[in-house]
Amino acid sequence: MSAQHRTTVSGASRSLARSRPRYGEYVVKAVLMLAALVSIATTIGIVAALLEPTIEFFGEVSLGEFFGSTTWGPLFSPPAFGVWPIIVATVEITLIAVVVAVPLGLAAAIYLSEYASVRTRKIFKPVLEVLAGVPTVVFGFFALTFVTPVLRDVFPFLDLEAKNALSAGLLVGVMIVPIVASLSEDSMAAVPNGLREGSYALGASKMLTSVRVVVPAAFSGIVAAIILAVSRAAGETMIVAIAGGFKSVFTLYPGNEMATMAAFIAQAGSGDASVGSVAYKTIFAVGSLLFIMTFAMNYLSARMVQKYREVYD
Amino acid sequence: MAILSTPRSTVQLASKGRPLKEHLFRIALLASLAIAIVFLTMLVVYVVEEGWPRLDARLWENQPSIRRPENAGIQSGIFGTLWIIGLTALMALPTGILAAIYLEEYADKTKWYNRLIELNISNLAAVPSIVYGILGLGMIARWMQFGFTVMTGAMTISLLVLPIVIISAREAIRAVPASIREGSLALGATQWQTIYRQVLPASIPGIATGSILALSRAIGEAAPFLMLGAATLVRFNPEGVWSNFSVLPLQIYNFITRPQEEFAVLAAAAIVILLAILLLMNSVAIWLRNRYQKRW
Repeated sequence: MSAQHRTTVSGASRSLARSRPRYGEYVVKAVLMLAALVSIATTIGIVAALLEPTIEFFGEVSLGEFFGSTTWGPLFSPPAFGVWPIIVATVEITLIAVVVAVPLGLAAAIYLSEYASVRTRKIFKPVLEVLAGVPTVVFGFFALTFVTPVLRDVFPFLDLEAKNALSAGLLVGVMIVPIVASLSEDSMAAVPNGLREGSYALGASKMLTSVRVVVPAAFSGIVAAIILAVSRAAGETMIVAIAGGFKSVFTLYPGNEMATMAAFIAQAGSGDASVGSVAYKTIFAVGSLLFIMTFAMNYLSARMVQKYREVYD
Repeated sequence: MAILSTPRSTVQLASKGRPLKEHLFRIALLASLAIAIVFLTMLVVYVVEEGWPRLDARLWENQPSIRRPENAGIQSGIFGTLWIIGLTALMALPTGILAAIYLEEYADKTKWYNRLIELNISNLAAVPSIVYGILGLGMIARWMQFGFTVMTGAMTISLLVLPIVIISAREAIRAVPASIREGSLALGATQWQTIYRQVLPASIPGIATGSILALSRAIGEAAPFLMLGAATLVRFNPEGVWSNFSVLPLQIYNFITRPQEEFAVLAAAAIVILLAILLLMNSVAIWLRNRYQKRW
């Protein structure tokens, strides 16, 4: 059949493309693309869900009151809509988390990427994966019923409340260690061996090579990992709702109970704020703010990853 | 010449013994990993010890109860979680794998819309889960009028894990070398035949590992359900996709927020069950990866 085909077709008119298109192939491609477009629809859905109630909210509460005052209590009567207390709480808990997670995560990444043998990697890598898989309610429970009482016993002078930003921040920090560690390790692994060998050839030790050559070479990837971890910490809900509490007093002291933005959303969303009330719309206004903040950080992180990939590929 | 004639023993490139600083650095690095292990051990020992008195059949045979915490169980949460995860697997896994195939095998990276899809997915992977709860509340429960049902919960959580499924499936597909595809195409197979008969079978173990890890993320998730009316104590198992529901992590949250000591014990016991399920799933995923991982 094919031999006959070959003899009858003249060389000039032969083409490798089929004369009859395979419609099935187009259908497959269309279905696959549709699946990929679900992700775009999700983003549109999030924006749509947030936008309308947020606009309605700012019809009733002025931007000046929202960003201009420091008393927060949309669920009280009379309600107050100064958003700063929950922004400050979010930033503070995120900072505590970063102080915990960046040294631990970076050290773990350097060890796994530069020092560990294949065998030790096989032991330590799953530990980080299991840590990453622990549900955040579990961290919250641990923070509230174990970490806070222990901290109160050991450091009575800290004057910790039963729910406080410190324990919540510490546990959020533990939660983001695997993110910092695994993404930083990826970017360190992408550093070409030639750089390490060059450093050794100049007489540098392993520590010097890791700290002065590998880490700087992987720097944008590490920064991207930290930004992503910060974004996760800022949006974390269950730990802060359980161990950080719902009180929003304008305070900086981490021993106090303080509600973050996510904790407020959880509190108001799980309560019975009636649909259409200002309290209900506040959920969406705070949600918009949280979404914009994390979106900006995620975008920055993704751009940094792209940038560092261009360097060594 | 002088250099060449120097006796061997005096030319020494290695320093004598490793400096103290090097040792300390290495120990500090190891210590940070040790902290992670000690922390995990403490966490597990603590919840098992706390929950031990309640780790018996009452836990899965009884329903939660506010009035009788000493006999309360978590059956509705276990069944709710099973329903949600089952539906999520049905919705999120096929969609995620198909999207991953598109992005790896078909998408032309020079086209703006494909780059937009990619950037969008990495953004979505890091959107806080409580925001997905708002999406579920605003779009699925209210606008689509699905109410606070199993279907709403499963759709919300499907959208949440979708980026994770896509990212891990893409990695598995990318690991299949181009030569396999070229060989298949050279034999006259179409692009879809190549994907379906060569690329997919070769990447199944990686896709399965990623899918299990994504589903285990879904099992532990609590925040989105807070927004979907699952926060109250539900005392019955779901009867279908339009039934009200609660999930295990949210029941745990509910127990934690109550003042009585019995509820703290109950929460710890429920956490042990939740961790056991997750550990089992993680072990299966890691085993799959080690067993079937191919080095091309």
